[in-house]
Parts: sequence; structure tokens; C-alpha cells
Amino acid sequence: MTNWQPLLLTLQLAIITTFLLLLISIPLAYWLAYSNHKIKPIISTLVSMPLVLPPTVLGFYLLLAFSPSNVFGHWLNETFGLRLVFSFEGLVLGSIIYSLPFMVHPILSGFTNVPTSLIEASYVLGKSKKTTLFKVLLPNIKASIFTGMVLTFAHTIGEFGVVLMIGGNIPNKTKVASIAIYDEVESLNYAAAHTYSLILFAISFIILLSVYLINKRYFEQN
Amino acid sequence: MIKVALNKQLNAPNGLMRLQVNFEIESGNFVTIYGKSGAGKTSILRMLAGLMMPEEGKIMVEEQTWLDTNKRINLSPQKRKVGFVFQDYALFPNMTVQENLTFALLPQQDKKIIKDLIEIIELGDLKNRKPTTLSGGQKQRLALARALVQRPSILMLDEPLSALDYEMRLKLQKYILQVHKEYGHTSILISHDIDEVINLSDKVLILENGQITHQGAPNLLLKHLRSDHLLELTGEVISIEKSQSVYTLKIKTDNSIHSFLIDEKTANTIKELDKIKLSLNFSKNR
Repeated sequence: MTNWQPLLLTLQLAIITTFLLLLISIPLAYWLAYSNHKIKPIISTLVSMPLVLPPTVLGFYLLLAFSPSNVFGHWLNETFGLRLVFSFEGLVLGSIIYSLPFMVHPILSGFTNVPTSLIEASYVLGKSKKTTLFKVLLPNIKASIFTGMVLTFAHTIGEFGVVLMIGGNIPNKTKVASIAIYDEVESLNYAAAHTYSLILFAISFIILLSVYLINKRYFEQN
Repeated sequence: MIKVALNKQLNAPNGLMRLQVNFEIESGNFVTIYGKSGAGKTSILRMLAGLMMPEEGKIMVEEQTWLDTNKRINLSPQKRKVGFVFQDYALFPNMTVQENLTFALLPQQDKKIIKDLIEIIELGDLKNRKPTTLSGGQKQRLALARALVQRPSILMLDEPLSALDYEMRLKLQKYILQVHKEYGHTSILISHDIDEVINLSDKVLILENGQITHQGAPNLLLKHLRSDHLLELTGEVISIEKSQSVYTLKIKTDNSIHSFLIDEKTANTIKELDKIKLSLNFSKNR
């Protein structure tokens, strides 16, 4: 009998991460696309760091930062009652940071591909930056936003290092599918590992295939 | 009356160039800024619309100050409320023809203008189409209509016809002139096409390397251009054939083939596939 809990937890984590990251990434990518601020190169670098950093490094520092024996972790616990270490909330935060470039980069490239004259045309028509963002920019980069969402979703499903470091392996709480596979292999329970692996494989394949098909249709339309 | 003084260093195709202009435009006039590409025409228009900031400058429209770098006044493009027709049309791809126009409406503005404009530009049958499915001329008409929705007091047109073929250009010139007369706004057109200048404008500013060299009535343009600018043919030699004592020269230009009779001396200086330039000179018979 397969224990579905790790898979459900994985899906839950991926959906929440994708949704929150979307809210964070649109303003962040907008700023990166149109600001000339001096600290922009630093922020760009920080956003891209999770691409090259071993997940364990990220997880290790998050673990240290959020540990209740630490000043920051203590403050979080005292003020908000948030314990980010070995908890689902901690996993969400870790995933958000870890998947940040997968959401920000596609949206950023969407923004930079919109001809400047479209933005200028909207401004000349008296439209505010906010109206221009919601009525002109976002509707024209739907494909990029969709790509970012799907990549984030898929990337979160495949997460292992960060989750293990910050969340540990607590059933029903932080034991996601990728960790469950590792766990089952360790205890030589290959059949269960196979089940999880195949399901993850299938989900990832279907997700990526849908991205390609939808993007292809989108570009053919235009 | 629109009073403009602008000063800015520009990155022109052949190095740095200082754009320094000073001119006045009568309200309701049709003014053309004429010049070669890279002379700074588009920059002037962008600075008028508030899309580009000069190092130093002053723009007064009627009694209102749009820009005064000394007093640190600079109205945003949103507040200048000009109509602007972009060279690449800048139509919103996510909106239909009609939606592009309604997007331009001011809050509380009467929607009747949309119907009127669609009628003027004759796009009624296409009002539910997306811009990507329109032809160049249709896109241009839509861009023109969109710039007019708010009934701006100034309409700026950045080489709106340069990408169109000759017949379409003539047709659009008609539209531009029609709306100019109907709505009574001031029009400022950028052009490097002499036809356009003569057909449309009340006044022309001739811009060379960032400076206005001449300004006045459009026939001024004819006077200040050297004659070889007016009758000139560049093309490729297709053939040179001898018949009796003369040679027939055939030249292929952009869109047609021309034949000329030339003498032997000239024929010996050119060969097939040469790129040549012919200019006609007139001289009075004495």
C-alpha cells in the first residue's frame, strides 16, 4: 500500500511556492527590467545565485538563520510564533528562495522583450505605470509568466537538498516525495521508491511537455 | 503658440552630435521637420512628448510650461496629453482594433469618438481583429486614430508613412490632412519625403546635424535643396548596347528599369553591373 502523503505534501508545497513566488517575482522582475539603480547588478546576482549554489549551502544557512537558538530565528518565534526550522512554513520559504530564478528570469525576459514604444504609447495616452503594467505589459507576456510558473512548479517538485537541510524528514510535515524516495532506498524498499520515482517522472514529463506545446501554439498565433 | 528650445548631446550614427534647436510653431499649423536620418528629428519629437530629457531646454505650450530645466519643471508624458504616432505603430498586440481605441479614452470621456474615428479610418469591418492580422496601412490608420481619441491639441507623427508603399502613402497623407482640418489640432510630422512635406505642411523646419538650417513655407525646401537632390537616379547597369552610332544604356533602380541614349565616350567609362548615379541638370538655352 503506497503512502500518498509525501506526494500530496510535494504538490501542496509546489502549488503554494508557485503562487507566492508569482506575487514576489512580478514586481521584482519589473524592477530589474526597468530600473537603473546602482544596486541592480547585486540584486540580479543574488536572484541568480540559487542556479549555481549547491542546495545544501542554501539549506545550511537557512537552517542557521532560522534556528530558534539564533537571534533572527528567536525573534521570528517570539514575534510571529513562526518556527521555520523543521516545519512546512520553512520548506515554503526555502523553496521560494531556491526557485526564485526560475520564476524571475522568464518574467524578466518577457518584460525586456516588450517593445519600449508600447510602454511609451501607453504613457503618452496618459496611462499610469500601474495601468500600463496590468493592461499592456502583463497581458503581452502571458507566455513568459506561464513558463515561469511551470518551471517553478516542476523545480519545487524536484527539490531535495534545501528541503532535507531545513525541513528534515518528518512524516506528514516535511517528508516530501523526493525525500521519501531517498528514505525508501536507504531502507532497501525499492518497490516504494519505484512508485514515487515513476510518478515524479511522469508528472515532470507532462508538465514540461505542456509548456512546450503551449508555447509553440502561442508563438504560432503571433 | 508653441515655443521650443532644446539642447542635448546625442549619440548619432556617425559619432556624438549636439542637438541644439530653437523654434516656434503657430497653434493649428501643420509643421514638418525635414532632414536625413540621424539628423535628430525623432529626438526633438521625443523631447516634446516628454519621452526624452534634454540637458537644457524650455518648452512652452500656449501659457503652460511643459519643460524648463532652469526651474526644474518637467511634465511627465502622461500630463502633456499629446497624440503620438510611433514609427513602429506601437499598437497593443493583446487588444483588438476597437480595444486599442477604447484603451485610449480618458476617464469619463464620451465613447462616441471611437465610433467616429473607426468610421474616418474605415476600419469598421475589422474592429474585432487583433493588430497582428492587419496590413501596414491599416495598422498605421489605427495608430493615427488611437492618437486622436483624446482629441489632443498637438499630434506628433514620427515618420508614420516611411514603411508604406507609394500608393498607400498618398492615401494616408489624405487621412492625416483630413483629421488635421477636422479636429483643428497642431500637427508636427517628421519626414524625409519631399512629397509629404509639400502636400501636407504649412511650415517646414530643415534639420541638419542637430541644427535647424532653414525654416519657412514648404516651397523653401525646394529652394534650399540642390537640384541634384530632386532629379536623381541610382541603380545598376543592366546592359549597354550599341546601335549604329549611339549606345543604349539600361539601368535597374529600386522599382523600375530605365533606358537612356548615351555617347561612346560615356559608354566606355561604365560596364555592366556597375552601380551608377544619374542626375539631370537643366540649363537655359542661350
